[in-house]
Amino acid sequence: MADLSVKIKDLDFKNPVMTASGTSGFAEELNDFYDVSKLGAVLLKGITLKNRDGNAYPRMAETASGMLNAVGLQNKGVDYFIQHIYPRIKDYDTHLIANVNGSTVEEYIEVTEKVNELERISAIELNISCPNVKEGGMLFGISCPGAEAVTREVRRVCTKTLIVKLSPNVTDITEIAKAVEGQGADSVSLVNTFLGMAIDAEKRIPLLSTITGGLSGPAIKPIALRMVWQAYHAVKIPIIGIGGIMNAADAIEFMLAGAAAVQVGTAIFKDPFIPLQIIDGIENYMKRHGLNSINDIVGKLAL
Amino acid sequence: MSLKEVQNLVIIENTPLNATNFLIRLVSIKPLPKFVPGQFVNVEINNSSEIFLRRPFSVFEINYSLNSISLIVKILGRGSKKLTEIKAGESVNLIFPLGKGFTFPIPNERILLIGGGSGVGPMLFLAKESGLNPDNVHLILGAKSFEDHINIDDYRQFGNFYFTTEDGSLGERGFVTQHSVFQNKLKTFDKIYACGPDAMMKAIAREAKKSNIFCEVSLENLMACGFGVCLCCIEPTVRGNLCVCTEGPVFNINDLKWQI
Repeated sequence: MADLSVKIKDLDFKNPVMTASGTSGFAEELNDFYDVSKLGAVLLKGITLKNRDGNAYPRMAETASGMLNAVGLQNKGVDYFIQHIYPRIKDYDTHLIANVNGSTVEEYIEVTEKVNELERISAIELNISCPNVKEGGMLFGISCPGAEAVTREVRRVCTKTLIVKLSPNVTDITEIAKAVEGQGADSVSLVNTFLGMAIDAEKRIPLLSTITGGLSGPAIKPIALRMVWQAYHAVKIPIIGIGGIMNAADAIEFMLAGAAAVQVGTAIFKDPFIPLQIIDGIENYMKRHGLNSINDIVGKLAL
Repeated sequence: MSLKEVQNLVIIENTPLNATNFLIRLVSIKPLPKFVPGQFVNVEINNSSEIFLRRPFSVFEINYSLNSISLIVKILGRGSKKLTEIKAGESVNLIFPLGKGFTFPIPNERILLIGGGSGVGPMLFLAKESGLNPDNVHLILGAKSFEDHINIDDYRQFGNFYFTTEDGSLGERGFVTQHSVFQNKLKTFDKIYACGPDAMMKAIAREAKKSNIFCEVSLENLMACGFGVCLCCIEPTVRGNLCVCTEGPVFNINDLKWQI
């Protein structure tokens, strides 16, 4: 029987399929459809130190083979999460990973220190790539000194596995990946959304209240795949591939390019069952190709 | 945990209902879960690159013995247009039941239901399911003209119907809020429910607030997921920005930050 388990740092995942932050709520919403313990991990909705209302409506625009969003990290803050949400979700039998955000390095540190105390949070995904906030977010993730500084400071206090989520809005993703690896990141997840824009020509107005937003969906898959491939050859830490994964074939492509695991995001909006279908599809692929372990796929692109 | 389903349903009817709306009836091979009037379904139109996301539609009618769901669909853009072009016999994928529906009236209450355009669907559904004596159920349905109204003969048994048209071709001339029942008898109602264009619902909410009458409205906006994970379909409320898909689409007007 095919073994779908994967290991990232000291964490064992039952399979390589995770749901991406901002597309799977706090796991409860998916659990209304199926048992989330079937998933490799759930990356929880991004949290910040304080309550954030997010950006004004409209925050979403459908685009060719994808969508733009400008949610802007709406959440009720880490303390609300700890008091009200964590107790409801802590018994799900899957890895729950907190997506940590901040406007300043100090905020990232403070949120990390609070999340450290939560036994059932397996890892922290450091989000230095949100394109929809005015301060912090992507600003840290698009320069090596910025990415290094926040990773270094959070690494100092973070007692959990530390994943750093990278922005694709950079000239060379390998430099950023190497920079965060050098500061002690245990893994990198890539990519977050691409900065994009949509316009209503008839009304001559932007479709998002923020004018620009983050592009996701199959439209970005080939670029994300290329970036995972580049990063795989630049760093030794495991890579979690993200970007327009809609089915098992997409997920396997990311793994062949070097991803040890994948996150499914926008596909969930189309059908919340897609992550489960991908798990089945990977198992099927392994059987068809006579593969026993996920390691037989990761980085095994034939050249 | 409220279980939600993702299912392929077969379209058994897709016909123009009037000048602006289509009636789409879909049938499931499985028994349907219980729907509350005001709840909605999220429909995957097709897999074309242009229509990437689902489109949400309020439920007009459920037939639990036939396992059928009916929707009133107004063409607003490329998604709804494509949906109205799908032939009977083809299947589409739906997620349901979604959102919070209307608060049911309590026995012996008098209720006023106001529907505009395709918003008459949920109002007729609520009239049918209200459980009240039809004498206590009053509906004002508004449209631009006679040919924009739908045939409500099957619903007459559930309440008293009044019509408005902007051109006076059916019922009273003007908007729903100009109807004599709304103008003169508003205070006789315990609860008011509305579904239709924003301007209509705001005008209704203004009067309901003035008279301190319970009032719920069904909102509509752009959604990506429909089940509370994307946080795109927000409405500003006294409890902060809330998702229309999970905290609505039905809201009490006292929770909204409408400038009315």
